[in-house]
Amino acid sequence: MSDYKMHLLICSGTGCKASESEDIINSFTSLIDEFGLEDEVQIVRTGCFGFCEKGPIVKVLPDNTFYVRVSPGDTEEILKEHIVKGRTVQRLLYTDPVTNENISDSKGIGFYKKQIRIALRNCGFINPENIEEYIARDGYMALGKCLAEFTPEETIQEIKESGLRGRGGGGFPTGLKWEITRKSEADQKYVVCNADEGDPGAFMDRSILEGDPHSVLEAMAICGYCIGADKGLVYIRAEYPLAIERLKTAIKQAREYGLLGNDIMGAKFNFDIELRYGAGAFVCGEETALIHSMEGLRGEPTFKPPFPSVSGYMGKPTNVNNVETFANIPVILNKGANWFNKIGTEKSKGTKVFALAGKINNVGLIEVPMGTTLREVIYDIGGGIKNGKEFKSVQTGGPSGGCLTKDFLDTPIDYDNLIAAGSMMGSGGMIVMDEDDCMVSIARFYLEFTLEESCGKCTPCRVGNKRLHEILDKITKGKGEVEDIERLRVLSSVIKDASLCGLGQSSPNPVLSTIANFENEYLAHVNDGKCPAGQCKALLKYEIAEDLCTGCTLCFRNCPVGAITGERRQPHFIDQSICIKCGVCFEKCKFDAITLT
Amino acid sequence: MTKIKSLADLKKIRDEVQSKIKLRENSDHPEQTVQIKVGMATCGIASGAKETMNYFVEELEQQAIDAVVTQTGCMGYCYAEPTVEITLPGKGPVVFGYVNKSKAEEIIEVYIKRGKLVDGIIPVNFKTIDE
Repeated sequence: MSDYKMHLLICSGTGCKASESEDIINSFTSLIDEFGLEDEVQIVRTGCFGFCEKGPIVKVLPDNTFYVRVSPGDTEEILKEHIVKGRTVQRLLYTDPVTNENISDSKGIGFYKKQIRIALRNCGFINPENIEEYIARDGYMALGKCLAEFTPEETIQEIKESGLRGRGGGGFPTGLKWEITRKSEADQKYVVCNADEGDPGAFMDRSILEGDPHSVLEAMAICGYCIGADKGLVYIRAEYPLAIERLKTAIKQAREYGLLGNDIMGAKFNFDIELRYGAGAFVCGEETALIHSMEGLRGEPTFKPPFPSVSGYMGKPTNVNNVETFANIPVILNKGANWFNKIGTEKSKGTKVFALAGKINNVGLIEVPMGTTLREVIYDIGGGIKNGKEFKSVQTGGPSGGCLTKDFLDTPIDYDNLIAAGSMMGSGGMIVMDEDDCMVSIARFYLEFTLEESCGKCTPCRVGNKRLHEILDKITKGKGEVEDIERLRVLSSVIKDASLCGLGQSSPNPVLSTIANFENEYLAHVNDGKCPAGQCKALLKYEIAEDLCTGCTLCFRNCPVGAITGERRQPHFIDQSICIKCGVCFEKCKFDAITLT
Repeated sequence: MTKIKSLADLKKIRDEVQSKIKLRENSDHPEQTVQIKVGMATCGIASGAKETMNYFVEELEQQAIDAVVTQTGCMGYCYAEPTVEITLPGKGPVVFGYVNKSKAEEIIEVYIKRGKLVDGIIPVNFKTIDE
């Protein structure tokens, strides 16, 4: 085992490296040599601590002291005071912004309290293919307690008091939904788990099903007990083979242990679960379309009411909840509604899982309490923007959501605030964009998605989205006109008003929110024929500056289409009619003679 | 196996199996095995977690190191896949990122066998519901 008495953990994530953490490491290394402490102190480079704002970070183990904003000049003091004499260097500790006290242990720092894992409690902790590990973590205990000690009404009451709202995007109160389905009278009812996760860049549900499938099965059984159903169905897209595999294994194990099947835990309660595969159509995430798809019909939405809780699968009352919603249920029942409703904001309780993607350092899956700000998520947890670029926008809510600017960075995230800001919670995709992203192209990308995913039932959605896409495409090709912006606005509002389901009602959101927040960019495209982000190829122009060109012929030799002409040692020229804007000449030029406008 | 027929049955099984993951929950446990968890969600597998896991299993067996290698779901550090969490007896869990074969070899040689940390640790930064 180790002889080292002390570990110095020094962050070498991108953020801290940019603020000289490498020099700190070198300085510590030579100081430790100088003091002859090589055998006692070990220096370890770590990945990003996530607390980049206070970087560079140096953490001393075993006493867990957390130094922030350390500079190479501080190393000697840390070594002499802390390592040799055992005295903490107070001035380098994190100061709590509220109490003004110095905090030495990182566990006491607010940032590290920002993530709390409820739905993801077992992801990355247990082996998802071993039911015993789930049981060891109090798995199926909530189901057991409900069956033995609580009536369905009491259980529903507990869920209602917890304040849990649907995590699929709509945010409908879960307890209320269960109650309505319970009150619908029928000889047969169904519990459906909506695992048709379709937002581009979102993978929350997949990770839960892959990492902790039993939590969803247990919650579905609890739901069955509450609403009076003996059959559960998981509607999952066939594109998630690993999640399907793990679910199948979990269902098999639960049956073997008698946790699914007849007379569960001697409570005369029968419940079993089957899988239904979707073909990956986005519209099937809408509950009526999902139900039709399960029935073997076309995946098209129908008018509500009747709601599925009254007439759903096979015309029977059906309770549809999202994966993440279900994953919260066992914890709420084990820990109590009062524990759960203390987390979050007034109207949005608990936590939300987000899939962080795009131009962000720590791409990954995070779970934060409702009410956390976008700034905390993007900078503190996400580690900031890649390559030190400028933050431009964050897209939440997938193709139905909107793009928020830096003005919204301090908005606490919850259902109502995001809607007020012109976006929505959605299922939890969060795509971060930097200064190099063209917002018109982004809007076009989302339209391309909804265009392909529209089921075609309603004309405004089927034809309207196509027209929206055409106008956006025209603008990115430099052929737009000012009137197009107004056309986009009017058409968007028609599509929103006249479509039947959520897909059409929300598909123009990316267009409307980018126009609202980035109208300048639209104007630059249509008025000046310029793309400020330099993304729209048709609007780019590569030129060679005569005075800088040395006539080395490098660009001439690399141009794939022969658009560059010129004699050796003489300035070269680009023929704009041939140029395909591939940028090869720009990258190859050693004299910065090629400019991009 | 025996079917769980009542809440009491479930509690009994829970108490029995709890000791198996006790080591993971309580790092002060004196048991003399090394616990290795490899993140095997889609993100991990796509980045080669399967090869990493196989390598750990084979290499540790060959070197006769007593260790339990298990798979787990996504730890959330998708940018640093494959990720591996290692708990040495009597120590807290440590997460390593970008664990390919050569990193795994280094981890076995340096961290598991000699207890010295290696570069590439990912600091865990979330609260669990047990806290």
